[in-house]
Amino acid sequence: MIHSSSPVAIIIFLAFISVVLGISFYLGAKAKSSKGYFTAGGTIHWAVNGIAFAGDYLSAASFLGICGMIAFFGYDGFLYSIGYLAGWIVALFIIAEPLKRLGRYTFADALDNKFNSRSIKLTAAISTLVVSIFYLIPQMVGAGALVQPLLGFPHYVGVIIVGLVVITIVVTAGMVSTTWVQFIKGSLLVCLCFVITIMILNRGISTEPKKSDGTPVKIFKHDLSSAEVIPLPGDAQRELIPPSEGWVDKPYVRILDKTSGEVSVWRKEEGDKYFETQTMVAYKDGRKMANGKPHGKGEGQGDLSPVGYAYALPGGVKETGPLGPLSFIQTMQSSNVILWGSDKIMEQDGTATTVYYQRPSPGSDFMTPGSSPTFKKVRSKKLTDKLDFLSLMLALFCGTASLPHILIRYYTVKDQISARKSTVVGIAAIGFFYVLTLFLGLGAMTSGTMDVSDSNMAAPLLARSFNELLFSIISAVAFTTVLGTVSGLIMAASGAVAHDIMSNYLKIDMDDFQKVRSAKFASIAVGLLAIILGILFAKMNVNFLVGWAFNIAASSNLPALVMLLFWSKTTKEGISSAILVGMLSSLSWILLSAQAYKDVYGIDPAMAIVPFSQPAIVTIPLGFLVLIVVSLFTQKKPQTI
Amino acid sequence: MGSLDFKSEIPKEHEDELVVKYNSRIGAFLFVIYVAAYAGFMALSSFFPERMGGEILFGLNLSVSYGFFLIVLALVLAVIYMKLCKKTGNGGQQS
Repeated sequence: MIHSSSPVAIIIFLAFISVVLGISFYLGAKAKSSKGYFTAGGTIHWAVNGIAFAGDYLSAASFLGICGMIAFFGYDGFLYSIGYLAGWIVALFIIAEPLKRLGRYTFADALDNKFNSRSIKLTAAISTLVVSIFYLIPQMVGAGALVQPLLGFPHYVGVIIVGLVVITIVVTAGMVSTTWVQFIKGSLLVCLCFVITIMILNRGISTEPKKSDGTPVKIFKHDLSSAEVIPLPGDAQRELIPPSEGWVDKPYVRILDKTSGEVSVWRKEEGDKYFETQTMVAYKDGRKMANGKPHGKGEGQGDLSPVGYAYALPGGVKETGPLGPLSFIQTMQSSNVILWGSDKIMEQDGTATTVYYQRPSPGSDFMTPGSSPTFKKVRSKKLTDKLDFLSLMLALFCGTASLPHILIRYYTVKDQISARKSTVVGIAAIGFFYVLTLFLGLGAMTSGTMDVSDSNMAAPLLARSFNELLFSIISAVAFTTVLGTVSGLIMAASGAVAHDIMSNYLKIDMDDFQKVRSAKFASIAVGLLAIILGILFAKMNVNFLVGWAFNIAASSNLPALVMLLFWSKTTKEGISSAILVGMLSSLSWILLSAQAYKDVYGIDPAMAIVPFSQPAIVTIPLGFLVLIVVSLFTQKKPQTI
Repeated sequence: MGSLDFKSEIPKEHEDELVVKYNSRIGAFLFVIYVAAYAGFMALSSFFPERMGGEILFGLNLSVSYGFFLIVLALVLAVIYMKLCKKTGNGGQQS
């Protein structure tokens, strides 16, 4: 869909960027020492740090990805909310206080506290870099998705803007400014989402929603008989196009309008019922046709239509009116909603047609696990089919406490009690937000403004269904959220390079100026890499990408952290090996998975080597096993007197 | 950002080993409670997905009710942990 920008949106967006940069320049000037730069001098108040946790953690994946997934598929997106929040329990009960006790600036400091081992420093730093980069990709993709409708720029321009702004923030400032930026946007994001939730409940659910300007949303034709759709031979106006190439054996019929030359596509469902579809045809020469017309907003051009409405409400009413939070969910459980699926059809001349088709779905289906392509195998009878789901839920549970940019935030408070209190505040803010995601996602599902081609846009477009101002504000807040998360990640990555690798592992003797310069160069390099990857992965759901980052973090870092704290026989060799094996095995698994085959390489997912896409259920236990075995083989022999 | 002194000393927090051990034990106990609840959710969703559609509480189905329960339980356990933990350096009083 082509989204139009507005002057209000541009003004609000620029105002937010200016405030963020202003804070960075003002506070960054105060971070004079390494302690100030990397950990804000350990002087952040626990309550501020707790909300900053929320600002850091509630990233593009949480806001854009989860809302988009719920809006497109229902309850399955909420599984991420549950898993992301559950991960904080590991952070609070197992990791927070020992990490604060053992560490100094980086995650590697804590792991290396007991051993002073160069191999631990190196492997922990590499793991930090890999996890940070994997986590950076979805943030950059999300930023591009936001800038597209907000400013009217292409996706890649959005990615470049966020990359350059973040590099500026990190190069000019440190953890003090990052913390305050995260605190402000974390507060704003949670409050704004609460306001939007109230507006969703107040509006209720409708089978004929209206846009913010009062015009009705297009209702697509459905349940038509073949007589109403398929023209008879000799029809002067319309002609049935016989199936050929990629269209053979597909449940579609194509009708040519002889007057306009436009082709409409209908999907045939059970009971010989026909449903109207939307199409986007991409020709090899770069031309595009949307719904039978040249793609564009001008005269004689066409675009995909916004979607999202209930198909049938309980009691046969057309709209519910205002609802309470419980009755809203009850109503969704008992309603039928038109969700949308997509199908790609290739032809020999390279023409690719994406068909977006209606999926009338009962609430009893989409409000339970397994309604999305990601989790559909959970409804299979085969045990191996369920492993993907179990593996992802395990990764989300174990991954939070292994994310480097979250771990370094424990060093910004003064003591262990503050670390504990700030985690509790973080859990409260993040938990509240995740409850809201269900309402936001379901609200977007029935808002009449969804873009069938981009699930990441569901939340901002939901705001647009109320008014343009709200859309502008929520998009700008979401954009600054991306900035804060990306800043935190680049901080973690630059700390790993400058502190762990250059200073501690390579023991390069640098004066202060050189140390500062190397930290800045590391930030610039990671930022540029993030820009490139953000452009390459533009079409992937940001939530799925974050799932990968959690898998790698949990597999490489958690076994080492937990065993260091709770098993006295852990050795430095065991820790290094566990990090290395966990990281390489999870990364290899992901790159050989069906999801990577389909979305990254564009080849048949059935050819994938590994049986399921989420590796955690194999690679986390593998990390523990490697650590135990290697540690047992490398125990120091008792000294004889 | 004038100097990046990686070697600067950070004042070490005073620790009472008994308090640390007590707090760790409380944390581990609450962690086990949450893991049990989370594992129950994973097991139900994986092996009895058809049960997740049944209405349980206030007209909400089991999947939504259990999801909200896990989020609220995390906060409740976190608050309990904060209340039960003892503070290092004040004679083991609760924080």
